[in-house]
Amino acid sequence: MPINVLMPALSPTMEKGNLAKWLKKEGDTIKSGDVLAEIETDKATMEVEAVDEGVLARIVVPEGTADVPVNDLIAIIAGEGEDVKAAASGGGATAPAPKAEAPKAEAPKEAKAEAAAAEKGYGVNPGAAPAPAASAPASSGGRIAASPLAKRLAKEAGLDLAAIQGSGPHGRIVERDILAAKSGGAPKAAAAPQAAAAAPKVAAAPAPSMSDDQVKKLFAEGSFEEVPHDGMRKTIARRLLEAKQTIPHFYLTIDCQLDALLALREQINAAAPVADGKPAYKLSVNDFVIKAHALALKRVPDANVSWTDGSMLKHKHADVGVAVSIPGGLITPIIRDACHKSLSAISNEMKDYAARAKARKLKPEEYQGGTTAVSNLGMFGVKDFAAIVNPPHATILAVGAGEKRPVVKADGTLGVATVMSVTLSTDHRAVDGALGAELMAAFKQLIENPMGMLV
Amino acid sequence: MANSYDIIIIGGGPGGYVAAIRAAQLGFKTAVVEREHMGGICLNWGCIPTKALLRSAEVFHYMEHAKDYGLTADKFGFDIGAVVQRSRGVSGRLSGGIGMLMKKNKVDIIWGEATIAKVGEVKVSDPKKPAVQPQNPPPKGTLGAGTYQAKHIIVATGARPRVLPGIEPDGEKIWTYFEAMKPAAMPKSLVVMGSGAIGIEFASFYRTMGAEVTVIELLPQILPVEDAEIAKLARKRFEKQGIKILTGAKVAKVEKNASGIVAHVEDEQGGKQAIAAEKLISAVGVVGNIEGIGLEALGVKIERGVVVTDGLGRTSVPGIYAIGDVAGPPMLAHKAEHEGVICVETIKGLHTHPMEKTKIPGCTYCNPQIASVGLTEAKAKEAGYELKVGRFPFVGNGKAIALGEPDGLVKVIFDAKTGKLLGAHMIGAEVTELIQGYVVAMNLETTEEELMHTVFPHPTLSEMMHEAVLDAYGRVIHV
Repeated sequence: MPINVLMPALSPTMEKGNLAKWLKKEGDTIKSGDVLAEIETDKATMEVEAVDEGVLARIVVPEGTADVPVNDLIAIIAGEGEDVKAAASGGGATAPAPKAEAPKAEAPKEAKAEAAAAEKGYGVNPGAAPAPAASAPASSGGRIAASPLAKRLAKEAGLDLAAIQGSGPHGRIVERDILAAKSGGAPKAAAAPQAAAAAPKVAAAPAPSMSDDQVKKLFAEGSFEEVPHDGMRKTIARRLLEAKQTIPHFYLTIDCQLDALLALREQINAAAPVADGKPAYKLSVNDFVIKAHALALKRVPDANVSWTDGSMLKHKHADVGVAVSIPGGLITPIIRDACHKSLSAISNEMKDYAARAKARKLKPEEYQGGTTAVSNLGMFGVKDFAAIVNPPHATILAVGAGEKRPVVKADGTLGVATVMSVTLSTDHRAVDGALGAELMAAFKQLIENPMGMLV
Repeated sequence: MANSYDIIIIGGGPGGYVAAIRAAQLGFKTAVVEREHMGGICLNWGCIPTKALLRSAEVFHYMEHAKDYGLTADKFGFDIGAVVQRSRGVSGRLSGGIGMLMKKNKVDIIWGEATIAKVGEVKVSDPKKPAVQPQNPPPKGTLGAGTYQAKHIIVATGARPRVLPGIEPDGEKIWTYFEAMKPAAMPKSLVVMGSGAIGIEFASFYRTMGAEVTVIELLPQILPVEDAEIAKLARKRFEKQGIKILTGAKVAKVEKNASGIVAHVEDEQGGKQAIAAEKLISAVGVVGNIEGIGLEALGVKIERGVVVTDGLGRTSVPGIYAIGDVAGPPMLAHKAEHEGVICVETIKGLHTHPMEKTKIPGCTYCNPQIASVGLTEAKAKEAGYELKVGRFPFVGNGKAIALGEPDGLVKVIFDAKTGKLLGAHMIGAEVTELIQGYVVAMNLETTEEELMHTVFPHPTLSEMMHEAVLDAYGRVIHV
């Protein structure tokens, strides 16, 4: 029996991914554990390892293919002693081309779900309004399912199909959707918060005020280069737009004096044991900030929460996401339980994360979740800024540069100190003003008395 | 509870039995109440048996024209008894098939007449209406009279022939489709009152079999729902076959005498004439079976003789639904089937949309056949569209010539602004089998562009569908 290699799910929520690269060619001998291919999701690149042995008989999905649904056939391996050619063609016969299969594959699933629901005893309710099943998104990545007539009507009306919720089979955009969008002024997707709540993943980018074409028309042809969005860009756009639109933000800014912290850092770094000519650790100011923020949350546990519509999730650990800028975007790997980790552990973990983030090799579990986040733009000389809360977090700490500033000292005289401004952005549904202020006070206390972080 | 169901459907016609199967597929415990024949009028006394009769007429027609094909058929004729028997056999076979489908899908059949006692309860009594003979045998293992509970009750009771006062069918000289479908002997002459699909099909059948046929239509056009251009072509062909056609004319009175009937006809200008014939077929439409079910007592809203629904089958009373003929025009089997599915899926809570009535095709199986979907040219103009109309005649099509069927036309109507296919109208050989191509195109919302890019197989009649689209945009090849 030829072995079918299927598109793996790299995380429980993954639905599709891009087949970035094949590391084996057709005809190559495969040993268990060999890396067959690289799969790219919106934020990470992962390797697909072979579990079986044999010869790679056929590559079904070529490299560079975007949005391959999980469990689609991507390659066929001929088992030991099997005819490679037969395996290649045989496997193909049972598994149709993945593109063609994708829409078909949904139908039986739906039917099964119906049947399952029926078995569970469907609650029949005479005359009840039909609960329209949340329609699937018309867009699965780049491709938008729309009827030819709908496409033409949308073009004429200057509507962006990506902003319109399809009501046809499998979320296909049909004539009535365009007519509704035209008469409703705004596309339905934005006007139906209920639908969005029922299916948060569906939430397409809400109505842009101008269509792509309209925007492009504002610039002379040839005066710009058009770079299509990659998965990360789309995710950033979707999540931040959603956050800024749905989370009531408010901001608290404080200044912290860093001189004590800088002195302590110097001491600690100087004391680092040296192995192979390299110090075992080299703490950055940011490592202190991460630890201080985690400890502050531990001291003000009511601020270490996540908002859900039904309840408040009060976290038992302070898991701090740290924004890492990488080419083409950013990602926030998470230092788990940061308040219980030593500064050196945090520092080394961050270095590993940063390196792997730049190579897009982080695993989803390394950047999904977290209870708060830190974003530091101090190294670029930014004095102060406000960040966007990244749900499910309720807070995010924006850290500015440590710089020498005139300060009024305790005795009333003027002096110079190294001062760092930080701004806490807060989801007001979860963390109120006074609570946020309490958190900031705890943070400031730790930063200005850094010895407290060592115990 | 044994007598308790999720869904009970009243009526085992094409709307009812299809709804029942879909309901069973969705996991509902389902029963169908039927008093006379599984498959309803469609299968027992409508669509199906008439197609069997018309097939006999068609073969007979070909025998008459055997010489055109280089064949000799010197001795041929027909035995009307055997023609009717074949038609009944076709119907009986399919009716039995419905019983098996019900069994396979575990749908119970309750034999009898139903009234809705109250929301959630159906009372079934033994049939009061005598069955039309010959009756196809009822399925085995049916349940009988009694009280049954159902969370949802779907009324799918269909329709019956409309009766004009003073011209009541007597089963002897004044026929409805029931009698017209099982003549004991070939009438020498016939008057057909009404030129809709039913009237025209019978006119075509009896004319082909040799009867003198006069068709009387109240409206200025025969086949009143069809595109005027198509209806005009049809009339020309019918008249060439020897059918007499009076339009804008009304049957004021029918006298019966020993040899048959005399129909007194008045035209719009006040002209009067008396037409004597052996039989008169009353084909002036059908009316919904809304009576005796208990709908009035429940307060179900009824307008113009049909149950008012929201397009998804729901009536004004929660828990009571209506589909098919009883829920309004167009009174077609395929419309009923589709409504049944929409209704059941709505009950299930699936995402449904009301049927778009402009996308329901219609077929008439006379010679020549007529098929259409969507708006006629006149209706499209009326709706304010700017039109692009394309036509292609059968005479330009290789397959049509090879078949010896050079008469006919395919006509398409597009919205000039958007390229939306608004309507398609055809007359000629096999067009009832062709129309579905345009119906699919319409439902997928294709524009002229996709139709132009579609490859149609050669040589087929379907190529005319391509050419007609090309013609609408000035690109036709073969004329």
